[in-house]
Amino acid sequence: MAIRIAIAQINPKLGDLAANLNLYEEHVARAARAGAELLLFPELSLTGYFLRDTVPSVALSADSAEMKRLKDLSRALPFVAGLVEESADHRFFNAAIYFENGEARYTHRKVYLPTYGMFDEQRYFARGNRIRTFESKFGRLALLICEDLWHPSTIHVAALDGALAVLCPSASPLRGIVDGQKQDDNARYWEMINRAYAETYSLFMIYGNRCGFEDGVGFWGGSEIVDPFGERIAKAKYYDEDFLVGEIALESVRRKRTISPLLRDEDIDLTINELTRIRERPAPKPAPRVKAKKS
Amino acid sequence: MAESAQPQAAAIQIPTNPPLLREILTGFVRNEVHKTGLSKAVIGLSGGVDSALSAALTAEALGAKNVLAICMPYKSSNPDSLAHAQMAARKFGVESLVVEITPQIDAYFERFSDADQRRRGNKMARERMTVLYDHSARWNGLVIGTSNKTELLLGYGTLHGDMASAINPLGDLYKTQVWALAEAMGVPEVIVAKEPSADLWVGQTDESELGFTYREVDRLLYMMVDQRCTKPELMALGFPESFIDRVVLQIMTSQFKRRLPVIAKVSQRTIDRDFRYSRDWGK
Repeated sequence: MAIRIAIAQINPKLGDLAANLNLYEEHVARAARAGAELLLFPELSLTGYFLRDTVPSVALSADSAEMKRLKDLSRALPFVAGLVEESADHRFFNAAIYFENGEARYTHRKVYLPTYGMFDEQRYFARGNRIRTFESKFGRLALLICEDLWHPSTIHVAALDGALAVLCPSASPLRGIVDGQKQDDNARYWEMINRAYAETYSLFMIYGNRCGFEDGVGFWGGSEIVDPFGERIAKAKYYDEDFLVGEIALESVRRKRTISPLLRDEDIDLTINELTRIRERPAPKPAPRVKAKKS
Repeated sequence: MAESAQPQAAAIQIPTNPPLLREILTGFVRNEVHKTGLSKAVIGLSGGVDSALSAALTAEALGAKNVLAICMPYKSSNPDSLAHAQMAARKFGVESLVVEITPQIDAYFERFSDADQRRRGNKMARERMTVLYDHSARWNGLVIGTSNKTELLLGYGTLHGDMASAINPLGDLYKTQVWALAEAMGVPEVIVAKEPSADLWVGQTDESELGFTYREVDRLLYMMVDQRCTKPELMALGFPESFIDRVVLQIMTSQFKRRLPVIAKVSQRTIDRDFRYSRDWGK
């Protein structure tokens, strides 16, 4: 069964929920017209990325009017939204929500919040603490947000938890100029890991990045779909808006796993035992006390 | 000039990749100008390579007809500067306007005739800034910056003068990269090849004033700032210790030029300390 996937590589307005909701609506309609069955929006694309102190004012609680509008939109087709989620106890999460048939079916709260260099996420967001796959009308999927994937443990867990495809909403800034390289160095790195993960874990990588600039920081676009053999099925423009459509055949996960049954052979107990040992390693001994010299 | 660096340091290549920089920087100008609701830009053209490159990028991003170049000579400016500025404007098809700043500068210093070269130079740079911002309002265009990363790090510019702009496509490019991109974008060779000068007084050149060449200091800055090499690592690469110390000091002492004025905190929420919003807020 082939699934037609669309990725909206958009340039949202920073901190303007109403404008971005309209943008979402347009792209859901466009995806429906294109015959897509599933639509991926980039990380925080309902709000913009460098939100800083606007985080609380664009956060959506489960009962908000905006959340209802998103649920209603998903009657046209299932989609993944990137937004700020406010929990009942008023923590704010960088979240991706899978909407299907009028419901918010699954929420992933970003686990790894980059807080170094140009990034400041832990200052503004609470950290998610679980990685789970979820059932969709297409089969088992996983949601991992941008930096999450820079930690291979996240996709390791997702793959072992049964994901056939990983949907990755991203807001990845361009950076690093290298001679003889057509795109920036961050684009190179992402393309390398998307391909390596797809092939290593025998699953589809569906990567949706945004474009545009915020305070001089550009996002490199280049959204893509990579199949379990590491082949790129669809690729969006770099550094510009685009609307990407590609078909994935989930059967090819079976075919790849038949040819190389790496996941079958994965020894979870071995990993758990070793991780437990590493976690419980004794604390380093305190430095020996220097005896005071008698004067 | 600084003691010349050892061969290893001299062999450091700063990546330039002009086609990629061109794509990114024209995208930057287009995006950041359009999101303010404007479609036009104003640039002060000095006749040097930085402003010529800035104009080239802006013309490509917004369309040449949406760019107004302003040349602002003083009576002692090198006549080549104006000629080169107009040459660049013609080359990139942008309208240029000459606004002499001699009358207002001379009127001012008639009253403060003891002013030295530095005060006079800074006053001229700031006068030019006010002309640009006035034409920004007249022409409805954003002021595009022309300061490169080398100048910004060394503090080699006039605060509220040539350092002032709304957006700056060159601020993350070393001079070495400016030259490469300018050449690739067709900035006239005479402008790319000439010795850099702020032309604030007769015979002034950047490199004699700084005491080292841009290519030398760019290699050091690139390894120190971008690649985060420690001082022992830089010395192992062959950069003389005295050169490193001098450049570090210059970066530290000019830090104030790269920040907003310091605000005394008295409230719970102070601008830029715990009142934090992106500049593109709502855009």
